[in-house]
Amino acid sequence: MTQLALVIDLNVCVGCHACVTSCKQWNTSGTAGALVDLNPYAADPNGTFFNRVQTFEVGEYPNTQTVHFPKSCLHCEDPPCVPVCPTGASYKRAEDGIVLVDYDKCIGCKYCSWSCPYGAREFDEERKVMTKCTLCVDRVTDTKLPEPERKPACVLACPANARLFGDVHDPESVVSKAIAERGGYQLMPEWGTRPANHYLPRRKTEIRIHPEDLERVDNPLKLDGKHPDLAGRGAGREDFAT
Amino acid sequence: MQPAFSVIFLTTLAGAAQGLFLALYGTEISGLGALPAPDSQHFISTASLVALVLTGLGLLASFFHLGHPERAWRTATMWRTSWLSREVIALPVFMLGLFLYGAAHWFGLGNTKLIGAVTVVLCLALFVAMAMVYASVRFLQEWASPLTLVNYLLLGCASGLTLATLLAAGMGMWALVTPYAVAAAVLTLLAWVTRTASLVRNARLKPKSTLQSAIGIKHPRIVQKAQGFMGGSFNTREFFHGRSAQLLRSVKWAFLLLVFPLPLLSLAIGVNMASTSLLVLAFVLQYLGLLAERWFFFAQANHPQNLYYQTIS
Repeated sequence: MTQLALVIDLNVCVGCHACVTSCKQWNTSGTAGALVDLNPYAADPNGTFFNRVQTFEVGEYPNTQTVHFPKSCLHCEDPPCVPVCPTGASYKRAEDGIVLVDYDKCIGCKYCSWSCPYGAREFDEERKVMTKCTLCVDRVTDTKLPEPERKPACVLACPANARLFGDVHDPESVVSKAIAERGGYQLMPEWGTRPANHYLPRRKTEIRIHPEDLERVDNPLKLDGKHPDLAGRGAGREDFAT
Repeated sequence: MQPAFSVIFLTTLAGAAQGLFLALYGTEISGLGALPAPDSQHFISTASLVALVLTGLGLLASFFHLGHPERAWRTATMWRTSWLSREVIALPVFMLGLFLYGAAHWFGLGNTKLIGAVTVVLCLALFVAMAMVYASVRFLQEWASPLTLVNYLLLGCASGLTLATLLAAGMGMWALVTPYAVAAAVLTLLAWVTRTASLVRNARLKPKSTLQSAIGIKHPRIVQKAQGFMGGSFNTREFFHGRSAQLLRSVKWAFLLLVFPLPLLSLAIGVNMASTSLLVLAFVLQYLGLLAERWFFFAQANHPQNLYYQTIS
């Protein structure tokens, strides 16, 4: 069974918010209607976003890391928001595992949002329905789009390629390999929601220098063993001059 | 959580109505007060009407919680999985039982004990469904406890019996006033114990989620530097009460006084002096206290999503 999901690489996310704005742009101009902003240009503005980038500081100065942390609906495999919905408006698609809200059935009771520990759902105060990340279901399933563009808007926008998209149930997919090779993890595992979205942890950046990088093993000047090393100089230093 | 007044009114009004109905049915099957038939018919049907009106007001209040009240009929569809759906079914069905019970008494149709027994089952089902709406949200650890159900049941019964005492006095059924008042006092004392137990439990709760599990980084010191936006959002509106800790403490002490000792005192003096106005005071104090109690119930619940919304920038 397919389970589409995002894998977010915290090692390369630079916190530029391009995914946030492209998400807002795509979803606000989509067929489902605009994502409402209350008082956008007045005091106390309020907005609906399906995706946020938050910033955390880990550690204590001077040993700190700034972690930019994009957060959207995790499309849980056992979504707690779905069974609590009294109308069945909140559902998980069987064919690709995307968790969606049927805006025509939603009564706006907000009960699903109480049942999401991640705060992934945002109530639309104008349409009076619950809204959430759709994983750009209208893009990823649109066969009229060229194949490379059938990805969520946030994935296409990311300049650092920190967002991977694919089927986490397919062991050969890019996302499954990234999770397996780089220790991809889920958020708040203590609730047993089994989020489909995974995060890739920070990596230590290391520079590896092999002896071959410093000294050519096939230096023609040394082939006959007669070319002397200069006194006081380490082996191979003159190679750079030749 | 941000307290939702529509739900506060729904749960307190329906709770009192359910308690009142249970008192009426108890009176009927125990033959309490040994009232002549016309008197008991009149009293039970009038009090049933009061319970029906209160439940109806609660139902009306609940509609204000919905973004699309015109679609409310859809809520009856997911009863297999959703406690909210079960509550939405149980409430009107209980109202129907209440109506039939009152009507059977008013018109002297008979079968009142049978109708009453069925309505008792519906009434208890409504208590369970209404409390489970909250107790089943496992992410709100303050709510996810059997004490939530016990408190809804006992507080509803206590306020319902206080109301029954008042109605009996108001309609001159003095034979019923003392037993009702005693029952109200017992239920109020029991609820005092269980509500205090839940306060003690909640004060010792250890949050299951931490900032570490929220972002998946295992370091003892993590500080949020930005939540990603400067303005507000649903996440900052719905899950924070936005009041000071001091106000919360004041509301807690207010409800601890208003729901328990003050109505008990009022009841005791009211019954002894045969003063209906003191019984009115007892119910009004207790009801206001219950509004504060429910407000505090919401405000105290701390949602794990708040971990993501600690610092604006």
